[in-house]
Amino acid sequence: MLSDDQRRTLRRIAEMMIPASTDYGVPSAADDAIFTDILRSFGRDEPHVMTVLRELGGFADLDPAGRQARVAQLREQHSEALKGLSSVILQCYYRDDRVMRSLGMEPRPPFPKGHEVEQGDWSLLDPVRKRPKFYREAP
Amino acid sequence: MPTQPVDVLIIGAGASGAAIAWSLAETKMHILCLEQGDWMRPSEYPSSGRDWEARQLNDFHYSPNRRARDTDYPINDANSPIKIANFNGVGGGTVLYAGHFPRFHPSDFRVHTMDGVADDWPIDYATLAPYYDENDRMMGVSGLSGDPAYPPHEPMMAPLPLGKSGATLARGLNKLGWHWWPSDSAIASEDYEGRARCINLAHCTSGCAQGAKASTDVTYWPAAIRAGVELRTRCRVREITRHDDGMASGVIYYDADGKEQFQPAHVVILACNAIGTARILLNSNGLANSSGLVGKNLMFHPYARIAGWFDEELDGYRGPGNCIWSQEFYETDASRGFVRGYTFEFSRGQNPVMAAVHSMQIGRLPWGEDHHRAYRRLFCHRTGMVAICEDLPEEHNRVTLDPQLKDCHGIPAPKIDYTLSENSRRMLDHAVARASEILRAAGAHDVWYEAPLTDGGWHLMGTARMGIDPQRSVVNEWGRSHDVKNLFIVDGSIFVTSAGVNPTRTIQALALYVADNIKSRLATLFD
Ligand SMILES: Cc1cc2nc3c(=O)[nH]c(=O)nc-3n(C[C@H](O)[C@H](O)[C@H](O)COP(=O)(O)OP(=O)(O)OC[C@H]3O[C@@H](n4cnc5c(N)ncnc54)[C@H](O)[C@@H]3O)c2cc1C
Ligand code: SF4
Repeated sequence: MLSDDQRRTLRRIAEMMIPASTDYGVPSAADDAIFTDILRSFGRDEPHVMTVLRELGGFADLDPAGRQARVAQLREQHSEALKGLSSVILQCYYRDDRVMRSLGMEPRPPFPKGHEVEQGDWSLLDPVRKRPKFYREAP
Repeated sequence: MPTQPVDVLIIGAGASGAAIAWSLAETKMHILCLEQGDWMRPSEYPSSGRDWEARQLNDFHYSPNRRARDTDYPINDANSPIKIANFNGVGGGTVLYAGHFPRFHPSDFRVHTMDGVADDWPIDYATLAPYYDENDRMMGVSGLSGDPAYPPHEPMMAPLPLGKSGATLARGLNKLGWHWWPSDSAIASEDYEGRARCINLAHCTSGCAQGAKASTDVTYWPAAIRAGVELRTRCRVREITRHDDGMASGVIYYDADGKEQFQPAHVVILACNAIGTARILLNSNGLANSSGLVGKNLMFHPYARIAGWFDEELDGYRGPGNCIWSQEFYETDASRGFVRGYTFEFSRGQNPVMAAVHSMQIGRLPWGEDHHRAYRRLFCHRTGMVAICEDLPEEHNRVTLDPQLKDCHGIPAPKIDYTLSENSRRMLDHAVARASEILRAAGAHDVWYEAPLTDGGWHLMGTARMGIDPQRSVVNEWGRSHDVKNLFIVDGSIFVTSAGVNPTRTIQALALYVADNIKSRLATLFD
């Protein structure tokens, strides 16, 4: 269970990492639905998330320059923890329907529909087919 | 009432345990397999849910230490630059494997004679060839005959599609005049023996929900069970016990309720992979270890991963990772500055989360305003390859029992000590340089690599090597312990050298070969 301060910190980090974009028509990672998903998706990265939140007490009340400085410091001192937290945010962001659609993907799991992959140009193999065998025979 | 002895007790239901169970079933002996993990339910694999990539980073992660299911055991790999990857359940590592399915080459069995390093195997390519064929039929192999890097063999299904990524890379390879060929894959490109064809989910390494990938829970096991083999899951073996005459008497294991049990057996077969098998032997009072080599000579394949980004859109999140391979640098060439060689296996792209997570970790994807633009230049624009380098056996690379770390049953965990050799370092450098040339020739505008790949300890070999000399090997030339005549080993531990290709097709061919030796020697098996 996160404290109010930890929640606000996490939301600020999510927004700093992935802001909304009107150009691409996508929300920020601090969007309500995505943030709710983040809160229940720490998984095996929970210790990392908690390390970051512990280190960044009072973060949400800093001005933008102060926040940038604290994140830079965290990158130096707790890079593994920051990687874990970033991974959680990215996992939730890049499975959001709106984000997947903006990438030209259908918002669905891969199974059972699957995907199409073109065969590709097999004539590219012609020069290799002409090559004599080159493995070594063993005594 | 005491438990009745079984004729054959197999420990481990992975790649090799499944193969030998199926092959021995025709003897109608009472065969029991004890497996510490569960049966998998393919319909619940990650690719059937919206959190498919998150689960790959959690309960389907390939590191047992991160996955940490109650069916896993911890592994102390802190003293190794390459970390262990595996899966514990029916199917073993094949549940998560990519299904790259190369054979060894004739020269791989003769490295001492031909290149003056390590030891020759006590068997050769010709001995294994019929077992490769038999295993291919059971697993189902897609590919194309005629590869000039290999002795002739006939994959039974058409190759997996080249796609945009394969075609792009093939163009680069052709410009350089270097070998490439569609990879042999244990993935059904057509419906095969009751299994549906691949539908390009691009999620092979967290279990194939379609059943197209040949993991042994969907290939060998159903056939073995129909033929009468008994498979008990959630049974973790602690040690192998002995009679006074030194023969194995059975095993002590913990059942699904955590209760200690004793199962007597006339023959015990270890199939727990090169770490799990060494662990059980070391925990069995020095069993089968008069050579002192149990746990030693651990080999991985040091991997390099090299990727490039292209202007044009490639396959991205579509299609199995398997595509084409190159063995241009496979056979020894002294002018390269190292002995032996490596295979390039070319992959496709990445799913959306992995593309983001990895790109951010390697400094290609920024935080803030530029995030979206940068992501769209990366996602579906990346392809690349891995180089699989032959690792040579060195006794100081080893598995021992950790003095502190234990699993949930109190069994000591394995500890890994491994250092990368100078030969491997040079081979990795060579591979990275050649791979970069391929990617540039194919049109990449940016190239990245990691070598050795830290997470790449998925090929586990050598810790109970086979050989004719009992002082220099743990099992004989047909897999029987030199010391304990009713104890056999069939997993990757018995490899003498590692070759520069993925090992599973050879592990399984060896298991079938050992099975045939057992069947043909039943009357004199313990002589
Ligand atoms: C992510 C990943 C990708 C891979 N990709 C490829 C690939 O493309 N091509 C390839 O050839 N190989 C690949 N591999 C490797 C392949 O999975 C292994 O080579 C193969 O599974 C090894 O077979 P095995 O029989 O030796 O052991 P495993 O398949 O590991 O089976 C061992 C079994 O023994 C059980 N066991 C261990 N200890 C005990 C105990 N004490 N009691 C009871 N049961 C026990 C385990 O639970 C496990 O199920 C990959 C592996 C991973 C993890
Ligand atoms: S790409 Fe093919 S083999 Fe891989 S998970 Fe999908 S269906 Fe299975």
